[in-house]
Amino acid sequence: MTRFLRQTAVMVYALVGFSLLSASTLVGTAHAGTPFPDIHEPTDKSVKCIQPEDVMRREHMNYILHERDETMREGIRGEPESLANCINCHVEPDENGEIAGIETDQHFCSACHEYTAVQIDCFQCHADRPQKYIKRNSHTSSLRQQLQQTLAASNAADKGVKQ
Amino acid sequence: MKKTENKTINNSRRDFLSKAAVAGTITIAPGVLLHSTSAHAIDGDATDLNTSVSTRPLDQEVSSKNRWGMLIDTTKCATGCTDCVDACNEENGLIGHNRPETDAQYIRKVTLKSKSTGHELSLPLMCQHCETAPCADVCPTGASFVRADGIALVDKHICIGCRYCMMACPYKARSFVHEDVKNQKLSAPRGKGTVEACTMCVTRVDNGGIPACVEACTAENHNAMIFGDLKDPNSPISIELKKHGGKQLRSDLALNTGVRYQGMNE
Ligand code: SF4
Ligand code: SF4
Repeated sequence: MTRFLRQTAVMVYALVGFSLLSASTLVGTAHAGTPFPDIHEPTDKSVKCIQPEDVMRREHMNYILHERDETMREGIRGEPESLANCINCHVEPDENGEIAGIETDQHFCSACHEYTAVQIDCFQCHADRPQKYIKRNSHTSSLRQQLQQTLAASNAADKGVKQ
Repeated sequence: MKKTENKTINNSRRDFLSKAAVAGTITIAPGVLLHSTSAHAIDGDATDLNTSVSTRPLDQEVSSKNRWGMLIDTTKCATGCTDCVDACNEENGLIGHNRPETDAQYIRKVTLKSKSTGHELSLPLMCQHCETAPCADVCPTGASFVRADGIALVDKHICIGCRYCMMACPYKARSFVHEDVKNQKLSAPRGKGTVEACTMCVTRVDNGGIPACVEACTAENHNAMIFGDLKDPNSPISIELKKHGGKQLRSDLALNTGVRYQGMNE
């Protein structure tokens, strides 16, 4: 009996939590005792998201997955449903000009993904910020030197490639 | 399940397109490339050599109407010059870790020496974008594939990092990413645990541009590389190939490579 009560209580909590989550705008509002992720709202309010918020919350992964395969395999680009588009609006520098990377819980994507404990793999390969905030590759010049040095060595190894 | 259905539809669409291309070349061929190239472009102004670019609207899928390729004149390729390699590293955000054995490398300079005459030549070597690509043959996941327009790619979303393709590639064109990667370029996603190689700068190409290596080689006035559509008889690359011919590296393997070389005299 107590077990049943405990389970019911857990369910009620979960339900309350869930309805709060979907009812609120999810913007760090301080509900007593309920932590919420701090999600960055794009500053440019004139740009509308491609879908209403509730649709994006539920479907964003499906949109991105669909576009992913079309782009990768068929070269179809420039569709609105793209990871790069999400990032372009939602990732912006703070007052100090700093961008919170995907490894922090301040990044637009990781804020929710950490909150819901859903692992996000996109950014192991993809840029976590708009192109204009990507630092130039400081290592490239050292790579150049290294290349020059090892050119001779690799040439020797490449002799196997015949004409 | 949904994904499989999608695939089927797209495949049949592609089949239809390629059949339509055979049956009705007249309706499909015009409009692909409207640049008319004069003989002057071949002999004179170097920038005109790279006028054959994609004019496909980006909401349409790539098709076998085009085949993108490169032609490299080894007689113009300077020994010790790494302009193409530098441009590639910058374009794709490739970072060295001071481990030349394993550092990612999409394009490298190779010196070939003829055993009979001792004649040496210097050339850039990258993925040759084979039509019948051994990498795609051996890939257990379908991650290695050749796009309808001839560009060989790795779909890193599904690559499991087994590196079979690296073994299968006769040109040692592929690299494996051993380290976590940060600060990737927007147009060049890359990450630990996947295999990668020259993409012929696919994002540039799709947007009507030319690969970064070709651009750099031309900008530095070496003019050793031409990019263009091998299926368009009027493209500078096809005209030049028709005029002077070009070799495929290891042509004995019959891979029908998209990258061709000139000046490979023994
Ligand atoms: S050169 Fe190597 S990586 Fe490129 S398509 Fe051929 S087998 Fe694949
Ligand atoms: S490393 Fe990736 S692309 Fe290469 S064969 Fe394995 S799964 Fe395919």
